[in-house]
Amino acid sequence: MFKQALRGGVHPSGFKELSNQEAIKRFPLPDTLYLSLQQHLGAPATPLVKVGDRVRKGQLVAASQGMISAPVHAPTSGRVTALAEHTAPHPSGLPVLVISLEPDGLDEWDDIEPVSDPFARDPQEICTRVGAAGIVGLGGATFPAAVKLGSSLETGVETLILNGGECEPYLTCDDRLMREKADEIIRGACLMQHAVQAKEVIIGIEDNKPEALEKMQAAAAGSGIQVKSVPSRYPMGSEKQLVQQLTGIELPARSRAAASGLVMHNVATARAVAQTIDQGRPLISRIVTLSGQALTHQGNWEVPLGTLASQLINYASGFDCKPARLIMGGPMMGIQLPNLHVPIIKGSSGILALTEEEINPTQPSPCVRCARCVQACPMGLLPLEMAANIRKGDVEAAQELGLSDCVGCGACSYTCPASLPLVHLFNYAKGELANREKEARKMKKTQVLAQRREERVARQAREREELLAARRAAAAKKAAEEAAEDNPS
Amino acid sequence: MLVSILPLAGLGGLLGLLLGVASRVLHVERSNVAVEIEELLPGTQCGQCGNPSCGAAAEACAVGELPPTFCPPGGRAVAEAIANKLGVALDASALCDEGPKLAEINEDLCIGCTRCYKVCPTDAIAGAAKQLHVVFADACTACGKCEDVCPTECIQLVPVTPTLQTWAWSEPTL
Amino acid sequence: MSDYLLMLVATALVNNVILIKFLGLCPLMGVSTKMDGALGMGMATTFVLTLAAAASWMLENWLLQPLGLEYLRILSFILVIATVVQFTEMLIRKMSPPLYQLLGIYLPLITTNCAVLGVALLNIQEGYSFMQSLIFGFGSAMGFTLVLVLFAGLRERLAILQVPALYQGAPIAFIVAGLLSVAFMGFAGLA
Repeated sequence: MFKQALRGGVHPSGFKELSNQEAIKRFPLPDTLYLSLQQHLGAPATPLVKVGDRVRKGQLVAASQGMISAPVHAPTSGRVTALAEHTAPHPSGLPVLVISLEPDGLDEWDDIEPVSDPFARDPQEICTRVGAAGIVGLGGATFPAAVKLGSSLETGVETLILNGGECEPYLTCDDRLMREKADEIIRGACLMQHAVQAKEVIIGIEDNKPEALEKMQAAAAGSGIQVKSVPSRYPMGSEKQLVQQLTGIELPARSRAAASGLVMHNVATARAVAQTIDQGRPLISRIVTLSGQALTHQGNWEVPLGTLASQLINYASGFDCKPARLIMGGPMMGIQLPNLHVPIIKGSSGILALTEEEINPTQPSPCVRCARCVQACPMGLLPLEMAANIRKGDVEAAQELGLSDCVGCGACSYTCPASLPLVHLFNYAKGELANREKEARKMKKTQVLAQRREERVARQAREREELLAARRAAAAKKAAEEAAEDNPS
Repeated sequence: MLVSILPLAGLGGLLGLLLGVASRVLHVERSNVAVEIEELLPGTQCGQCGNPSCGAAAEACAVGELPPTFCPPGGRAVAEAIANKLGVALDASALCDEGPKLAEINEDLCIGCTRCYKVCPTDAIAGAAKQLHVVFADACTACGKCEDVCPTECIQLVPVTPTLQTWAWSEPTL
Repeated sequence: MSDYLLMLVATALVNNVILIKFLGLCPLMGVSTKMDGALGMGMATTFVLTLAAAASWMLENWLLQPLGLEYLRILSFILVIATVVQFTEMLIRKMSPPLYQLLGIYLPLITTNCAVLGVALLNIQEGYSFMQSLIFGFGSAMGFTLVLVLFAGLRERLAILQVPALYQGAPIAFIVAGLLSVAFMGFAGLA
C-alpha cells in the first residue's frame, strides 16, 4: 500500500537528559494522601468509605459509576480522616472531592488474588480484572483501560500497539520504566494481546531512547512482539501519528482506531496490567518525572497516588530558584498548576518547575500569516485560519475548518513566531461549541416539557368541565325525577 | 402630444399585463415566518420578553417589532437562529448573556404553598402542599416565573457554578 | 464570430463596468460580504442586464426612433428595466427562497443600478446592432459578476483579519476596491 509521509510535527529540545540519568526511586509514604475521585476521564467515582474507617493497602475506596469511569484504591493502609474538597490538578483549579487518608505506616495489604494461568481464561475476564483494578491510560489521557480493551474485544482488532513514544520534552518516566521494567511491560503486552485477541503486537519507541529500545528488544526476544524504533518528532506519541508511522495506516478523521482494527495503549499501562493480573495489585502508584531547571534534583520517582506535588518536591528536591511556571504533565500538553498543593493522580506523568529562560515568555504580536503553524500541524489543519475566525467570534467557521480534528498537541503554539496562544483559542472554541450543543439539547427538552405541560393543563381543564357537566346533568335528572314524583299525574 | 402619451401608455399597459401574468404563474405561498420562528423558541410562555406567549412574540418578531435577541431564556443560540431565519445581522451587544442560571429554593423560607410549581412552564419544581419544594436542575430554564409568585421570596435565580465536568476554557485576552 | 468574442473580453475585463467605468458601485459595497450572496446577485444582474439590453434595443429601434420620441428614452428604459427586475424577483422567489432572503433589499434595487441603465444607454450611444447590444450587455454583466465575486472573496478574508480600528469596516473595503481597480487597469494592455 502507498505509504504517506507523516504530516507536520516539530522538534522541540528534549531536555530528557536532565532526568533520565538515574534509576527510578521510591517515594516514602507522606503524612496524608489525598485521593481524588476524578483521576480518569468520565464520571467521578463514588466513595465507599466513611470518615474514621480503617482501610488496607489496595482496598477499594471508591467505586466506578457509569459506563466510562474507574474505581480508586487505597495506596497504603491507614485511616480515612476526611472526605472533602481539594484543589484538583486541572487547568480550572476548581475543587474536586478527595478522600484524605492518614497512613498508619504498616503498609498492610488487603486480601488480593492474582489471576492464575491468565492465558487459559476468557479474555473478557482479563478486561473485567483490569477495570476492577482502576487502570486508566497512563500516558496522560486517563481513559479507562478496561473500556478500551472491552470495546476492542467486541469489535475485534488485528494489532495491539504499545506507545513508548514519549515525545513530550522533559518527561522520561516511560523511558526509565522501559529500561528497568522491560520484562513486566512485555508480560503486560502479552496479557493485553490475549485480552483483545490481537494477532500481532508492535511497540513503538522514539529513537532518542536507544537504551530503552535495546532493553525492550532484548526482553521481547522470542515472544513474537515487534519492538520498532520511530523517528523522534513531536507529537509521535499521539495515536494517529504513531499508528501511521508503524503500520502505514492513516486513521480517518473522527474515527476510533478500533474501527481500523487497531488498539493502542501506553507502555506504563501494560506494566500496570501485568502487576494486576500477576500480583493482584491494583493501580495505586505511578512513576512521575520530576524535572525543570528550577529544581535542584531531577529524576523519576515511584509515587503513591494522592501524594501532593509539594510533598514530593520537598522530599526529593527543593528549588534552585523561584519557578516561573509549574506544570503537571509535559510542557506541550500538560496542565499549568496554580500551586503545588494538588494531588498526584493516575495521569500525572510529570511535575515540572520551569525557569523564566525555559518558558521564554513573550507578548503575543499580530499574526503575519507566515503559515509556520500550517507546516507544524500534525493533523493537516490551518491553525491560523481557525484562530482568526475564533478571534472574530465565529467558532462555527473554525469548526468547518476542522476544529474538531485538532488534538491540542500544541505544535502550532510552539512554532508560532508571534507567540499567539493558538491552542488556548482552540480549547476555548471547543468548549464554546460544546456549550452551544448543550444549550440546543436543553432547548429541545424544554420544548417537549412545555408542550407536555400544556397538554396536561388542557386535559385537566377538559376533565373538570366534563365532571361539572356530568354533575349538572345528574342534578337536573334528579330534579326532574323529584318533580315527576311530586306530580304523579 | 398624443404621439408621446399613447406609445408610453401602451408600453406601460403591456408590461403591466406581462407582470400580472407572471405573478399568477410564479405565485408562491408566503411561508409563515412567524410559525417558523415559534418553532425555534423554548415554548415555555414565560413572558420575559414582554409578550403574553411565545406565539405572540414570534408574530411581533416576524414583522420586525422585536429584535432577534428578544428571548432571554433562549440566549445566544436562539438569537442566532432567528437572525439567520430573518436574514438580518445579529446585534450581539443587545444580548445580556449573564451565563446560565437556575432557580434555587431557600429551604428555610419555603412554606410549601405550591404556587411555584403550578406556574412552572416546564414542570421543573416538585412538591406538595405544606411540603418543601425542590427544583430539578435539568428541566429548569431560569424563566423566573416561580420567583415572581413566591410569597416568601424564597426562590432566587442563582448563576450556575462550573464544575470539573462543565468547566470550559475562557477566551484568551489578546 | 471572433469579433463578438473580442467584444465579450473587452467589455468584461478591459472596460469592466464596475472597476473601470465605475457604474453599479452600490451592490459592490452592499452585497459583497458573503460569497453566496455575491454570486446570486451577479447572476440576477446578468439576467436583468442581458434582457434589458435586448429589450431597450428593440424599444429604441422599433418604437422610439420611428416615432421620433428619443427624448422619452430614459423614461421608457427605466420602465422596461423595472419590469425585468420585478420579473426576476418573482422568479428568484419561486426558484430559490434562501437566495431571495439573502439578497433582500438589493434585489429590487437592481432597478436603480446605474450599470443596467448605463449599459442600455451606451448601446444606443455607440450605435450597436442587436447582436452587439446583447453581447455588450452580457459581457458587462459577466465583468460585474466577476468583480463582485472577487471582492466578496477579499471581504470574507478582511472580515477575519486584525484591521486597525481606524480602517475597520467600509474604509478598508474602499481601499481594497481601489487596489482591485488599479489591478484591473492592467487589462488595458490587452487592448
